[in-house]
Amino acid sequence: MNEITVNGRVYHFDDSLLDKKLLNYIREDLELTGTKNGCGVGACGACTVLIDGAAKKSCVVPLSKVVGKSVVTIEGVESSDGTLHPLQQAFIDSGAIQCGFCTPGMIMKGLDLLEKNPHPSRDEIRKAFSGNLCRCTGYQQIIDAVELYIVRTE
Amino acid sequence: MEDSEKKVFRNDAVAKVTGRAKYADDYTFHGMIHGVPVYTDSVHAEILGIDTAEAESFPGVRKVLTWKDVPGEPAWGQIEHDHYIFAREKIRYHGDVIALVVADTRDIALQAAALVKWELKELEPVLDQKTALGAKSNLVNEKFPGNKVTHHHVRRGNAEAVFPACYKIVEREFRTPFVEHAYMEPECAFANPLTDGTIELYGTFQHPFSTRRYCSAFLNRQFADFVVYSHPTGGSFGGKDDTISVIAARAALAASLLRVPVKILYDREWSFRESYKRNPYIMKYKYGLSPEGKILALNTYMLSESGGITSTTPWSTWRSTAQCAGPYVVDNVHTDVIGVATNNVFTGAMRGFGTPQVNFAIEQMMDICAEELDLDPVEFRRINMVRQDSITITGQKLDSHIVSMEEVMDKVIARSGYLENVKKSSRGKSDSDELYGTGLAISYRGSSVGAEGLDFAACMVNCQFDGSIVLDTGIHENGQGAQSVMMLALAEEFDVPLSRIRYNRSSTTSIPDSGTTVATRGTMMGVSAVRKASAKLKKIIRETLSDDFRCDPEDIRFEKDRLVAGGSYSLTWEEAMHRMFLHRTYPFAFGEYKAPRVSWDDEVGAGDAYFTYVYSCNVVELTVNKKTGKVKVIKATAGHDVGRAINPELVKGQIYGGIAQGLGMALTEDLQIEGGKIMNPNFNKYRIPKSVDMPEIEAIIIENEDRTTPSGVKGIGEPATEIAAAAIANAIYNATGVRQFSLPIKLEGAAE
Repeated sequence: MNEITVNGRVYHFDDSLLDKKLLNYIREDLELTGTKNGCGVGACGACTVLIDGAAKKSCVVPLSKVVGKSVVTIEGVESSDGTLHPLQQAFIDSGAIQCGFCTPGMIMKGLDLLEKNPHPSRDEIRKAFSGNLCRCTGYQQIIDAVELYIVRTE
Repeated sequence: MEDSEKKVFRNDAVAKVTGRAKYADDYTFHGMIHGVPVYTDSVHAEILGIDTAEAESFPGVRKVLTWKDVPGEPAWGQIEHDHYIFAREKIRYHGDVIALVVADTRDIALQAAALVKWELKELEPVLDQKTALGAKSNLVNEKFPGNKVTHHHVRRGNAEAVFPACYKIVEREFRTPFVEHAYMEPECAFANPLTDGTIELYGTFQHPFSTRRYCSAFLNRQFADFVVYSHPTGGSFGGKDDTISVIAARAALAASLLRVPVKILYDREWSFRESYKRNPYIMKYKYGLSPEGKILALNTYMLSESGGITSTTPWSTWRSTAQCAGPYVVDNVHTDVIGVATNNVFTGAMRGFGTPQVNFAIEQMMDICAEELDLDPVEFRRINMVRQDSITITGQKLDSHIVSMEEVMDKVIARSGYLENVKKSSRGKSDSDELYGTGLAISYRGSSVGAEGLDFAACMVNCQFDGSIVLDTGIHENGQGAQSVMMLALAEEFDVPLSRIRYNRSSTTSIPDSGTTVATRGTMMGVSAVRKASAKLKKIIRETLSDDFRCDPEDIRFEKDRLVAGGSYSLTWEEAMHRMFLHRTYPFAFGEYKAPRVSWDDEVGAGDAYFTYVYSCNVVELTVNKKTGKVKVIKATAGHDVGRAINPELVKGQIYGGIAQGLGMALTEDLQIEGGKIMNPNFNKYRIPKSVDMPEIEAIIIENEDRTTPSGVKGIGEPATEIAAAAIANAIYNATGVRQFSLPIKLEGAAE
């Protein structure tokens, strides 16, 4: 059996699933549906999760590549008592949410950025999100949200 | 209501940032099975036979549905009934579905779908609008002689008589392309048969009532037999009506025949292939001008490609017709707009609905005409623009609302620095590699559906005896924040905190059909219905409690979460609702709002097209790299008179997103169609704007409260996107000195 940790919980799966895409495993086997499938080819970023802390597009990652690794999905971002992560709150307060389908992926990508670069410039934030598509917002309030988070947590 | 609550309010925000919001594919039901569509590889063919035997005998397959299984209408549609649930006699476009394989798992259904066989007699594909129109044979659909699906016109004054006397005549031809909606959530529909025979439906619907109409027609069942739920939808932009309704009907048919829940989930590639796009236009514009800069006459002739199915082409082309001159007074107009059937992907509603196309032509023509007359383009617009009490080209007097075209333009010009920046524009000459240009475009847009349809909406306010309030409307949330804005309006009516109000997840059986969330009508119609219901409810509460207050009913006021009369006596909201219980009177009201009268005479080509108008102006600044031709939009300023902004941050969000979609249409989105087949059906090849493609955008909200509806609102969804491409095209001309007559604009090497 192969081991994977998702949002702090350990799961096991047999070799028959090694080719299954991480996104489908998360959604179908673990029933964590917050991670979205927008394109299936790694082009839209709606399926972004953290694998050992780094943002990856889970629709193109087979389970064989995450054996023994730790995955965080959007369901693992808020505290166990339901308190929102400050970046989630910043998305709300900046009006960064419309249809919301890209939002989980955007938040995961934002966490990855802030981990690597706690004080990104507006331009760096813009560049960080270049692999995450949004059709509703023009990205402006998403970028605002990351800036608001930085201001609030300084 | 605390002001801080108003800044950004969304009732679905926490659900959406935590991943708890449930979209169609996030639902799963016990015993659920899966459907997969079967396409042929043809775009135009007679169907001689479909053989499902091998697929049906594949282990795990429950059934393979074709047209033979359809108990009701074989084809349906919003206007013409030419959208087949399963192609029967003919294939008319590459997205036509001939069968649905239903199996225990989606994987099995996918494998079995490859085993469905068909026999076709290939026909010559009809792929070009100009040659399609007037064809005598090889028609896309025999219903439409000459492949003409619709024709609208405007006849005002006598343009042909005026042209010869004009000082200058300016004539150009423009083309706009197919544009994919690119909602981030692909289609998914899910049907669950209930024990009494009704069918529940979940799915990516922008208009549950439309879905119900398609299901009812195809299944030959009454409306009440379907319960179509509202739940989070991952974007729509006009694109989640016809196609998803037909997909839902296939799921409903399978569920009713097999008596188990059936889900159909689309890949992005199927979504691109089968779903409708924005109509491509070919537009000839001819203006006759006076030496002083007055537009004396306009002749315009347009073809709008309908593709293989009619969908809403007769309506979107009507809007193009009524707004064919832009926000300008022209006394002599001769306009024809014709919808043409082809075997390309079909077209339908997309944000803008016939105006991003005409505005691309009109607003470039304004700059071209001004240059021909050696006039400043802003002054040229000022000379001709609509003002208070102007008569439009359709003969409508603009006296119902404040005509703020000049105010909006001036505010955007002032904020953007357009007048100074336009002088800095390179016009093809620059010392560095970068050429700089700024461009402007303006528009007016009729709010709501206007004379193209019936327009009314419903709302229920159901106060509970503990003081909580359940709000229900028939306006569907597509992600723009429709529910939140109606909650804000209700909180404002009764001056109660938002925390009291819960927006009910509605369905087609819980609230009357209130029309679709299109045409920039959601906020205006929904909030108007909320106000109507609130007025009724206030009357009920006042009449019931006036004895308790020992005052006349009309003296009771709703203030700061209390009911107040005179100086001292008041009840908290909870106490008041408890008193209603003791009086055995329900604090419940149903409100309905009917939009003001509009008119259209299709014979004459004139009428009061819309009851109010949004006025808009966009200015963009960009650079063009001389060596690579790469266009970088560096700033956009957008101003809109929205009537009233109830949730301002969400209005801004609409503006930002609208600019992004206009920028995509202008620069990045290039749907490649070869032989009627889409060659780039996913986001790795069809490039919608990324974060790095977008400029900083300044949104200017202008509020001249609208008098035509109780909402005070005029809307923002479509105005936000309808002039960005035109402003970009004008900016590119100012940067390069080269006019752009078709979209998307490709400058690779052109400017070297």
